[in-house]
Amino acid sequence: MSGLEPLFREEHDAYREAARRFVANEIAPHADRWEDAREFPRELFSRVGQTGFFGAKFSEEWGGTGPDFAAEAVWIEELSKGLSFGTAADLGAHSQLAALYIDRFGSVEQKERWLRPSIDGRLLGALAVTEPGAGSDVNGIRTTARRDGHNWLINGSKVFITNGSRCDYVVVAARSSDRPGHGEITLFVVEEGSPGFSRNRIDLIAWHTSHTGELFFDDVRVSDAHRLGDVGAGFRHIMANFQWERLMMSLSAVSMAEQSLQIAIEYARERHVFGRPVIGFQVWQHRFADLAVRIRTGKALTYRALRCHIAAETGAEVPREQLVRLSSMAKLFTQRMAWQVADECVQVHGGAGALKEYRAQRLWRDARVGPIGGGTDDIMRNIIARTLEVGAG
Amino acid sequence: MNLSPFSEEHDLLRKSVAEWVDAEIAPHVPAWEAAGDFPNDVFTRAGELGFLGLAFPEAAGGHGGDYWAQVVFLEEVGRISQAIAMVLSVQTDMATPPILEFGTEDQIDRWLKPALRGELIGAIGITEPDTGSDVAAIRTRAVRDGDHWVLNGSKMYITNGARADFITMVVRTGEPEGDPRGGISMFIVETGLPGFSVSEKLDKAGMRLSDTAVLHMDDVRLPAEALLGTEGDGFKQIMWELQGERIGVSVFGVAGARAVLDEAIGYAGVREAFGSPIGRFQAVSHRLAEMATEVEAVQALVYECCDLWNRGIYATEEVAMAKLAVGQLSHQVADQAVQTLGGAGLVEGSFISREWLGMRIGRIGGGSDEVQRQILARIMGIA
Repeated sequence: MSGLEPLFREEHDAYREAARRFVANEIAPHADRWEDAREFPRELFSRVGQTGFFGAKFSEEWGGTGPDFAAEAVWIEELSKGLSFGTAADLGAHSQLAALYIDRFGSVEQKERWLRPSIDGRLLGALAVTEPGAGSDVNGIRTTARRDGHNWLINGSKVFITNGSRCDYVVVAARSSDRPGHGEITLFVVEEGSPGFSRNRIDLIAWHTSHTGELFFDDVRVSDAHRLGDVGAGFRHIMANFQWERLMMSLSAVSMAEQSLQIAIEYARERHVFGRPVIGFQVWQHRFADLAVRIRTGKALTYRALRCHIAAETGAEVPREQLVRLSSMAKLFTQRMAWQVADECVQVHGGAGALKEYRAQRLWRDARVGPIGGGTDDIMRNIIARTLEVGAG
Repeated sequence: MNLSPFSEEHDLLRKSVAEWVDAEIAPHVPAWEAAGDFPNDVFTRAGELGFLGLAFPEAAGGHGGDYWAQVVFLEEVGRISQAIAMVLSVQTDMATPPILEFGTEDQIDRWLKPALRGELIGAIGITEPDTGSDVAAIRTRAVRDGDHWVLNGSKMYITNGARADFITMVVRTGEPEGDPRGGISMFIVETGLPGFSVSEKLDKAGMRLSDTAVLHMDDVRLPAEALLGTEGDGFKQIMWELQGERIGVSVFGVAGARAVLDEAIGYAGVREAFGSPIGRFQAVSHRLAEMATEVEAVQALVYECCDLWNRGIYATEEVAMAKLAVGQLSHQVADQAVQTLGGAGLVEGSFISREWLGMRIGRIGGGSDEVQRQILARIMGIA
């Protein structure tokens, strides 16, 4: 058997159609209003959950319909088409990060308590790794978890936590011993309302609907039942999940870039200069062609990485290094690409590109998060360079 | 989920192509480049080993493999030299596929089978002194004369043109009559016929081992059976040919880009400056990471293209994208490799300098970057 195995099967077409309908009805019509209000309704989580769109990557045992990461990819691609990227970010932080962590590293009791209600959208989660003094450098975190009998006392702060200022629970990475090194990081689940746990929403220039927050832990006491995974296994868990996070961001960025290009072309058709539509100028035709090639190339790379991820998830022997390299490459390629496409979308709008009433500037602002969040471009290059065995990081 | 498009059989094929390339091609490429020539037995050896007809059906003298077998072949020659890959690909992906697709049984017996055995060398004749990408503007003309055609005109930049036994050629046989693409036909032009001459072998900046010729046809009398396919369908037929041509050059172009990348990575690991290998400097390692990312991405696109082609899907959009992306990729990656090697990258005859020169051709030959963009813009409905 040779050739590329199709990534999507017939059932995925039906899933895509359902996802498209959901996004077209429940997100797209409200996107502009939510953007102005810098808010989207919490009920969207339960709507997504009840219609099953949090469930594709989770097993039926916990209320999911999978695990099927190709279906999950379909949902991510379609979600981008709602053009509410802060909303997509919050939904993603909940499902692709927090809930996935519980699924992968949680006990049966923990899954019953946090995963099941996350999949049906009743309980909102977030993942808190980044701190004021440590982002991509996970090993640099300073939040501590100190044993106190059967409990742990958590102290420290987290920042840029997507969905963090609204979630019901947060998976927190903390140092569980005084020794340095990445073998001393442990994950904990902290619930809203825990004494000593407080948070603020942060105003970003992008993702206006997102509840991105800074979190503070002041002697927050959690029982050992809140510890997710083994003591000291946190760094390994975080690293393991990075591959999917990068892939998910890549899928989302490619879809976003497709929307940007479409919006740019639509505007170029309508807008007339020097007696003809902008699209009538060859420089714009060729620029759009170049952008289409970059988008399609990024998509091919992302799908290649996704095949690799699915193979690994379904039990095939996939060298970890290959997965790390491909997902990092996909992330590096697609985030910048999506921003460049959005930038040309602003450019073709001319002065209107700066106006709030056009979506161009929103896509452009929102796309700028990509090369920073989830590991910066430079971090991706460090990782890729390491896998090429050329040295420095 | 399969991670590789290749089967075990393909892996074995790769091994045997690699053995041939490493033993019989690679050691001679520098001398061939310096001489601006290479021996014709490259074709006969490739034919003997069965490499010229990998994806052709057995009934036509091929080996009945799928397109991925051809991908293996092009990748293995492409990693050694873009020039050798080009001359072989002219034979396997340009001059011969139209004979299989549009030819009669007699034409297959007379031209295709010996070409797949490496006994006849083919070339593809599209470009003329005054027209390249604009195929509809060709002026070389064949006029019917009894049961013969009389051919007059010239063709330019024809790879393998000085050594070819036959040229698969597009020629004007009538007036456009409303359809600008009308009045064009394809012929198999035997180069030994009276009136056919190679008027010049061009001296090029890259791919020097290959002969790029200006051909002149002065009252060449072609027999009726030289017509390939249907009279007047030549434009459509050559557009079909260009699909396979562009996928082929994309495949060996990516393989070449990967080869220069590997050379740069290897060099960065051993070359020391300021007390450490230059690959340990973050600026250098990040550049290599960028190059590797681009190579991986474009290869993924090319493989999707190959997959469509292998399944018989005529994917003009993906093919134009791959051609455009690979032309730019190999050019840029080769340039970054030259930069990484520093002075060593500028030494005449070195692998990197040679491939850097050769890779510049990828953005011009087989339809320039601009032509690919124009095709894409049309498909996207914006031009």
